[in-house]
Order: sequence, then structure tokens, then C-alpha cells
Amino acid sequence: MTTNPLLDATGVAKNYGAVAALRNASLSVPPGEVHALMGANGAGKSTLVKILTGAIKADAGRILIRGKQLDVRSPADARRAGLLPVYQEPSLIPDLDVLSNLRLTGTPVEPFRAWVRELGIPDLDIRETARNIPLAILRVLDLARALAVEPDVLLLDEMTAALPANLAEKVLEVVRRQGDAGRSVIFISHRFVEISALCDRATVLRDGSTVGVVDIEPGIEERIVEMMLGTRIEKTRVAARAANDVAVAAGGRPRLSVRNLQLGTKLNDVSFDLANGEVVGVFALEGQGQDELFAALAGSIRPTGGTIDVDGAPVKFSHPSDAIQAGIAYVPGDRTEALAMQRSVRENIALPFSAGLRKWGPIRMRREQVVVSGAIGRLQIDTRAQGEVQRLSGGNQQKVTIARWIAANARTILCFDPTRGIDVGTKQEIYKLLRELAGQGKSVLFYTSEMEEVQRVCDRVIVIFGGRVVDTFSVEEADEPALMRAAYGLPRGARADVGILAEVKPASDAEAAS
Amino acid sequence: MTDIATMPRPVSFGRRLKRIMADRPLIPLIILLIILVVILQILRPGIVNERWLANTAKFAIPLAILAGCQTMTMLTGGIDLSVGTVATMSAFIMATQIVNQDPAVAFLLAMLPAMLIGLVNGVGVGVFRVHPLIMTLGTSLIGTGFLQVYQRTVIASGAKIPDFLNWLGTGVTYGFPNALLLFVPVAVLIVFMLNRTGFGRLLYAVGDNERAARLSGVRYWQVITALYVLSSLLAGITGLLYIGLIKAPSLSLAEPLVLPSVAAAVIGGTSIFGGRGGYTGTIIGALILTVLTTLLTILQMPEGGRRILFGFIVLFVTAAYLRIVEDR
Repeated sequence: MTTNPLLDATGVAKNYGAVAALRNASLSVPPGEVHALMGANGAGKSTLVKILTGAIKADAGRILIRGKQLDVRSPADARRAGLLPVYQEPSLIPDLDVLSNLRLTGTPVEPFRAWVRELGIPDLDIRETARNIPLAILRVLDLARALAVEPDVLLLDEMTAALPANLAEKVLEVVRRQGDAGRSVIFISHRFVEISALCDRATVLRDGSTVGVVDIEPGIEERIVEMMLGTRIEKTRVAARAANDVAVAAGGRPRLSVRNLQLGTKLNDVSFDLANGEVVGVFALEGQGQDELFAALAGSIRPTGGTIDVDGAPVKFSHPSDAIQAGIAYVPGDRTEALAMQRSVRENIALPFSAGLRKWGPIRMRREQVVVSGAIGRLQIDTRAQGEVQRLSGGNQQKVTIARWIAANARTILCFDPTRGIDVGTKQEIYKLLRELAGQGKSVLFYTSEMEEVQRVCDRVIVIFGGRVVDTFSVEEADEPALMRAAYGLPRGARADVGILAEVKPASDAEAAS
Repeated sequence: MTDIATMPRPVSFGRRLKRIMADRPLIPLIILLIILVVILQILRPGIVNERWLANTAKFAIPLAILAGCQTMTMLTGGIDLSVGTVATMSAFIMATQIVNQDPAVAFLLAMLPAMLIGLVNGVGVGVFRVHPLIMTLGTSLIGTGFLQVYQRTVIASGAKIPDFLNWLGTGVTYGFPNALLLFVPVAVLIVFMLNRTGFGRLLYAVGDNERAARLSGVRYWQVITALYVLSSLLAGITGLLYIGLIKAPSLSLAEPLVLPSVAAAVIGGTSIFGGRGGYTGTIIGALILTVLTTLLTILQMPEGGRRILFGFIVLFVTAAYLRIVEDR
């Protein structure tokens, strides 16, 4: 390339303790380019963005802006250097009006207004308190605020998520024009449709390293998926799970049957069944609505539409205790959400036993001891640190969250990423446990962000993208390329040279409009 | 963070001592109590005798029961500042109603406002999510107001302290204060409830991690409403005991006990952030405060100086105790 890149980062690395979030990332963006940054969950996108914008400091690597070495130590430094991010979460302070928010960052007001109009909001009251402005508009305001200071490099993180179609279109148009005007844009998105319409090139990250930089051209999505998967591309064959297929067939009526589940803009028309003795995987990129799906099934939030049937009878959960009554237990991915950290292992496991009003009386300690030690033994929880759960290792804490529902004999367990951040040995134990549960006729809904877990644990897997179930695979079909493609909303079995994007477009428009 | 906790560490003597203290938080409290009594004995040789012990117990008991209310509410991350008003109300109503009413009726009338205030506190905190500090402070003020109105209506009828309460509050049998007849069952009940009943478990769980409790099927409002009603009823009973001890019904009878009751629970090792603590520590905390008050009284300091010193000592003891017990 003849022109000097506006932004040139090479060899960027960042470690968190023993974990390498970034190993060797590079990103080079010439002026006038809209550049996509892609990678699967945990590939290091957000870490790289945080480093570029000065939110965290890199351990190694070189970042040049307009050829000058730059030591970005704070977001303010990055701003001065002409690098401006627009994050997924709105960044206006909710209790201030828009004008005060602008003053806070020293943003010129007139250009801001001009950009707001440009972005398709003709009637913004600049005195309005940010709290009262709808989320979609706030995101646009964030973008306008960034544009108003005319940054050299604009960093957009999932900019079009949660935007209705008309606004999204305007945003994309404006972003494209930024590129044409000689400025650079780094565009992070999971949506190939947008990327192909907007971007010139893409940098692909995998496991903390840049694995490729490609020009965006028709059919390139297959290559990008390949790069994101790396060497794991070869098809792994899994034997069909024989043991519990019998149990599935016997029941007839599904344990849990979800139809047309709707939750604001987060979930759209989600339908699937979960049979007795079955482990159904849910695979999705971050923020595709899986959190809301699990919360709705667990009774934590109320869906706005659709039905949930348990054993063929319709249910409406208004509190987690309703779900528990129906035998549905939720194990959140975040252990701190599930455990009373200052209490003992025993009390944590026995917690559901005391929940109901009728069980507030004296506890039958002997019986409780038997049930709890049964569960502890089954999960092989290391209880040497007897006193408080917070003294246990992460893996053992995770086991406690599951042991609670083994002890309570829940018939259906909703496991949300139960192996996040725990050691390999414990992961294996959890896989084994989930399979055992299925073998006993229990059913498990299992969200994971690690593709290999699908084949280890699940009988079937549903893939969610943009709040919809985009595909369902049996475990034999669910190899990593297939999952990855589906997770990015690419239709199954499409050939590289066929117009994939043309097919996807109507669906994504409909989704954005609703 | 969690991995660090499991890493082997070289164990020094100080560290081991800390571990022991962390596992048995009562030990440093008892040591402190003994030290205070020894100092008292040194300053005023011979003061520590049977009569002094009975007297100390008599004054510590109402404080300890009110501190029990604070312990229970603090375990859920709350606080009950209305206990003073509730105790005063039931004492005052008892003393005025006993003049014309059957004792049983007077008792029920006396407990009625306690019940009501507890219910309002519970619904406010549990359902409408008002901060417990504000909620109980508010109901406390409202209660005091009602009591003033009530006082005008009964001003003609006069007041008397029922003999039974007199006996319970001040009487001593074989060297033991009669108040123990009330206190021992109450204390046993609270300790049992906190450790061996579902309700007690829920208090800890809700205070430690409300979300986790919710995900386990616990309905927060039920727990909190029951808790504040229980706390208020206990405060009402304490009021009856206290009027037997003080023997002078007034509109601010138990008010001076409110903040010491919070202090007793805190000194006793209950965390105001919830999830950690217990009633045995609180009882010792109440004893420590009572002995401390005696100690400051015999120093013959002016009232102001005594209060200043009292405040400093409470602060110091609490801070030191947390340093000793907290094992991080």
C-alpha cells in the first residue's frame, strides 16, 4: 500500500495473570478506509479496542498514529490523538441533559446538531435529560458526539445493534461517507450483511492474534469463518449418543416446549423443544439474546409474547420460585450471582430447601446433611475450605452452584456457560455430570460460548443470532465450521460463490424493523 | 481472586492466630469483656460482686434484646431504628391502659402498635424497597407523633407500673435477676432461629446475596416483612421489660437504647452489610457496652467527657475487632 496508515498497531499483547487475552495482534488502517475487526467470542476484539482507546495498557506492542509512536495512557490521550470510540453501551450520563453531556466532553454543539440531523433525527431537544431518551436514539447521539469532533479514526463497536432499520441505514450511510472523506473507521460487527455493504477490508483475530487481513469481496465470508476457526476446520465426527436416545423416544411429550417467545427487541419468535433425557445446546455469539432466553425460562423476567409449556401444560413464571416449582433450575454463568459467598457450602447447597414459606421452620439437620453430602460427593467438591464458599476455588464454586440443584433434584437444569473460567479437569467433570443427568432422564439446556463443548455434551444444538433461532443441528452435524457460520447468521450449506448476502438480507431487515 | 484463596501460603503464628480468631470470633470479645471487668475491679476494688453482676445483667438485658432486633435486620443488610419508639409505645400504652383494663387486654393493646409498625416497616422495605434506614426512621417519627397525641387523651387517667413488670424488671431471686426468665428463652429462640431454621438461613442468604436467594426461589418480601414484624414485636416486649426497670413512663423511654443497640450488634461482629454475624456475639457486645458505661460512670467524668470517651471506645473496639476477625 502506498499511503501511510493512519493507525498502525503491531505485536500488541496483553496478559491478565496467566491468561493471555492478546498475544500478537496487529491492525493497520490507511486513511479513507472502513475496516472491519472480526473474531469469535474471546478472540481479543474487546481487549484490542480497549488498548487502542487507552482504557487499558498493553504489555507489549507498538501503536503508531500517523507514523508517530503513541503512548496512549488514558481515553483522554486517545481522544487528543484523534481516536474516538463509540461503545455498545450508551455513554451519555443519564442524569444530565444532552447539552451538559456535550460540555462535559468539550464537544462543539453546532456540528453535533448537524450530525444528529444527518443521522436521521430531525427533532432532538438538546435540553432533554439523557435518561428519558430511548436507547436507539442515545446510540445515535453517541455517534454524533464522536463525529462532531472530527476524529481521524472512529471506532464503532456493534454500532447498529438495537437500532431500528431506518436509523441503522442512516448510520451506515454516514459511516461510509466518513471513509470516502478520507477518515478511517474501525467497524466491529457480527453482521456480515453490514460488513459487506460497508467495509473495504477486514482484520480477523483468533486466540489473541491477528490471523489475516482480507479485502471484502463477494464470497469472502467463508474465508473469514475459516480464519476465525483456524486449524479446527476439519470435520470432527461424533458418534450418536445411544444411551439416552431411548429415554427421549419414550416420553413423547417434551419436557419444555417454547413457542414464539418474544422479549422486547432482544428475543424474537424463539421456538424449540427440550425432551426428557436430552441435553440441548444453545450456541450464540455474545449478546444475541441468550441471556434473555435463559432469564425468561428461569422466571427472572417476563416474556412479552409467546408461550412456555412444561410437560405439555402452559406456564407463566412471575418469579424464579415459580420455575423452581415446575422443576426448572437456573445456574447462572456468573458464580457471584448464584452463591452466598460468606456462607458455607452446606448452606449454599441447601438454600432452595428453605425458600418456601412452609419450610421456614426448624431444619432437619440430619436429613439435610445426608442430602448435601450426597450432592457434594457426586460432584466431588473439595470442601477442605469448609467455612465460606468464597474460600473455594472457582471450579469448586461452580460445582456448588450445580450441586444445589442436584440436591434439590431439579428435573430440568438451565446451565448458562457453566465452564467459564474454570480449569480443564473441572470442565471434564461437569461435562460428565451433565451427560449423567441426561442419562437419568433429566433435561439440560446448556448455553456455551465454546464450540467444542457442544460436541462433548449436547444431543442437539440451537443457534441464536439477533434474537432468533437461526438453525438447529443434531450433534453429528454440529461441527465447528457449521456452528460458526450459523452463529454469524450465514445460511447452511451455502457455497462461497453464491450470493449469500442477498438471501440473508430480508430476514435481518424484518428483524431490525420489529 | 478465587484462585488465590486456595494457594498454599506459609503459615506464621500470627496468621494462625488470626485464623483461629476468624473461626471463633467470640474469643476476642470475651477477652475484651474480661479485661473491662478487671479494669473496673482495679479502679474500684470490691465493686465486682454478686449485686453488681445482677445489676449489670438487668441493664444489659433490654439492650441485648433490642440489639437482637438489630442483629436480625442487619443480617439482611437492613437496620431497625424504630425499636426505640416501638418499645416506648408499648411501655407507655401498657402503663396507661393497665389503670382501667384487664392486664391481658392492656398487653394486647400495648403490642398492637408494635405489630403495625413492624408490618409497615416490612412492607416498605420488602415490597416498596425503601431503604431500611429511612423506612424505620420514618415510622419511628410517626410513632412518636401518635404517642404524643395518645398522651393527651389519657393524661387524666394517670399511669402505673403493673406489679408483674416491676417484679420482672427489677426483681432478683437467689441472686439472679428475674429478667433472665424472659431473656434466656428469647436468646435461645433467636440463636436457634438463626442457626437451625429455614427462616434464619434465609436472613443470612438474603443479606449475603439477594440475587442468589431469588434464583433459589426465595421471595424477598416475605422474608423481610416477617423479619420486621418479628423485630418490632421483640422491641415491644423489651419496652414492657424496660418500664419495669425504669419505672417512669415517658415519651422517650427507650430512645437512648437505639444507637447502643446498633453498636452492640456491630461490636458483636454482625456486619451492617449483611450476611455475617450472630446473636451470641451481640449479647457479649451488649454486656461490653453496659460494663463500659459503668466504668465511665465511676471515673467521675463530666457527662460530656464520658460521651466523647464512649464514642471513641466504641469506634476503636469495632475497628480493632474487624481487623482481628476479618480474614482476607
